[in-house]
Amino acid sequence: MQTVFSIAVDALAYGMVLFVISIGLSVTMGLMRVVNLAHGAFAMIGGYLASYAARDLGLGYAAGILVAVVGTVIIAIPIERLLYRRLYGATELTQVLMTIGITFCVIGITNFIFGPTLKTIPLPPALQGSVDLGFRSIAAHRLFAIVCGLIVAAALWFLIERTAFGIRLRAAVDNAAMAAALGVRTEIVYAVSFAVAIGLAALGGVLGAELLPVEPYYALRYMVTFLVVVSVGGAGSIPGALLACLLLGAIDTTGRYLAPEYGEFFFYLAVIVIVTLFPRGLLGRSK
Amino acid sequence: MKRLIMTAFAVAILSSAAYADTIKIGVIGPFSGPFALQGKNFKAGIDAWLAVNGNEIGGNDIQIVYRDVPQADPAQSKSLAQELIVREGVQYLAGFYFTPDAMAATPLLQQGNVPMVVMNAATSSIVTASPYVVRTSFTMWQNTTPIAKVAKDQGVTKVITLVSDYGPGIDAENAFKAAFEKEGGQVVEAIRMPLSTNDFAPLMQRVKDSGAEALFSFLPSGPPTLAFVKAYNDNGLKAAGIKFFATGDLTPESDLPALGDAALGLTTTYHYAVSHDSPENKAFVAAAQKAIGNPAELTFPAVGAYDGMYVISRMIEATGGKKDAKKAIEAVKGLAWTSPRGPVAIDPESRHITQNVYLREVAKDESGKYINKEIQTFEKQGDPGLAFVKK
Repeated sequence: MQTVFSIAVDALAYGMVLFVISIGLSVTMGLMRVVNLAHGAFAMIGGYLASYAARDLGLGYAAGILVAVVGTVIIAIPIERLLYRRLYGATELTQVLMTIGITFCVIGITNFIFGPTLKTIPLPPALQGSVDLGFRSIAAHRLFAIVCGLIVAAALWFLIERTAFGIRLRAAVDNAAMAAALGVRTEIVYAVSFAVAIGLAALGGVLGAELLPVEPYYALRYMVTFLVVVSVGGAGSIPGALLACLLLGAIDTTGRYLAPEYGEFFFYLAVIVIVTLFPRGLLGRSK
Repeated sequence: MKRLIMTAFAVAILSSAAYADTIKIGVIGPFSGPFALQGKNFKAGIDAWLAVNGNEIGGNDIQIVYRDVPQADPAQSKSLAQELIVREGVQYLAGFYFTPDAMAATPLLQQGNVPMVVMNAATSSIVTASPYVVRTSFTMWQNTTPIAKVAKDQGVTKVITLVSDYGPGIDAENAFKAAFEKEGGQVVEAIRMPLSTNDFAPLMQRVKDSGAEALFSFLPSGPPTLAFVKAYNDNGLKAAGIKFFATGDLTPESDLPALGDAALGLTTTYHYAVSHDSPENKAFVAAAQKAIGNPAELTFPAVGAYDGMYVISRMIEATGGKKDAKKAIEAVKGLAWTSPRGPVAIDPESRHITQNVYLREVAKDESGKYINKEIQTFEKQGDPGLAFVKK
């Protein structure tokens, strides 16, 4: 029984970290219909900015998160205006080629500026060390990541399902021309949702840095995992992404605990089964 | 007119070659991509040697030709080695970070009449693949065997091993098991982790549940080592008194600033620490840090490259700058010198380097920099792994 609890706690923590990083990608892919392979690159930029602010400038962890989110969005705005705007409605191949190109540029630039070594984001004393849960101990930082993940999920769901902006966004996604004819300024809606997605990527890059350390190849190294989460959850679905992260986190963690020699076999087996049964993902919307 | 200029050029080149031979050394390594740091260390080691000893050996100019193999890619390594031998006319092949890359190039050596100096790749069997291979780095067996003795000396009898599931990891697992059982200890469980693992919490929980008194681990240096060490601390293994043993691959100097306090007190065995206290090492570190640019990036492949250059220089002296692989190899068999890492020798039988292996503990020096502090020396370690190479 203790083993089950223990695995469950690890699975929840891992799943929530995955969720925070991947949810921004789910927004761009599902709501904006852009296959953004540069998502990992933006998460990495967030990580680097946070590391620079918190470690080199000594501003602390909270300021680091703020600098990362705001800074990454500021970096992303010209990229959106100059490059991404051409991609809305373009074919998937064009999107993939353009965004993977952006990824390689970002890798090269970060390698040049920050060098190839690992960068860390120092944690505040409150998040260091571990918390005793009675039956086992868990890193305090992971509890923080779990809470942040839940807040992000709730806030996003509220924004998309319960606000006027959410209605405009869904309208613009379903039929951009009709929405524009009805007075929705689609380019502003797109720009704002892109900024939200990038901000979430940056937040995920910072929160996940303990698990996925920041270095130049971050942008490519974990991209497959992020894409898997989105395709399993259903692009654009917040509850879907949450469900996918918890499920995949549970499968991956259990497999790693009970049969590490199988590697990621169970993880990808589950992905194959789910995608076969639900081609649009667990909670994906039909087109 | 154009032809005239070309002819003039050709004459100039030919005549200059007449009084000073240029000897080319081809170096294959990862100079871009995720392992670029290691390639950079190769280059720093070579540049440091040239800076200290000059660009001329026995009246011959030395020219280094670099070729990039970003990730382990035997086919590319072989074709680049071939290109270096045939088109560039190199007299020596050197470098090689990954075992498959070195292995793939060995069949070319005999026909090409070219010796190979392996500056990193650490699988025991490479030196048996061709009589023209010399190695100046280390092997997994060489660095792992002493830590089993350390574990036993600290009164540990039950150990769980956790290694990355690929060649060197399995070498480390076998080496530790063989050495630890010889000491009378017991490996209670051997876990192989996929290379792509980034969440180690469940594995640490399993270590805790296994009842082992210590864990032995090998992961290639890179991003996962950070998460691994953090998971060891965060899951309460350190607090529970489960000891941590590993090879120095987990604590390379370039990762120490990132590992920070989490790594303090970790004990590892390895052939080289940048903080090694000797005049030879001080001179080497000064030159290599200058060559690499950012001093924090200097780590173990640089010393393999530095010593590799020394071995090549002796080969060039012995052959008088002529292309003669056999003579070159014979000349360095049994060669002994004082390397930045301590006294070393090329074993005449295996052509692998015999060296001291050090037990180190991660500590802070006076200036607050994290270092691998050497606390015990295991002298003149050969490669125990050779006995296990399948013939």
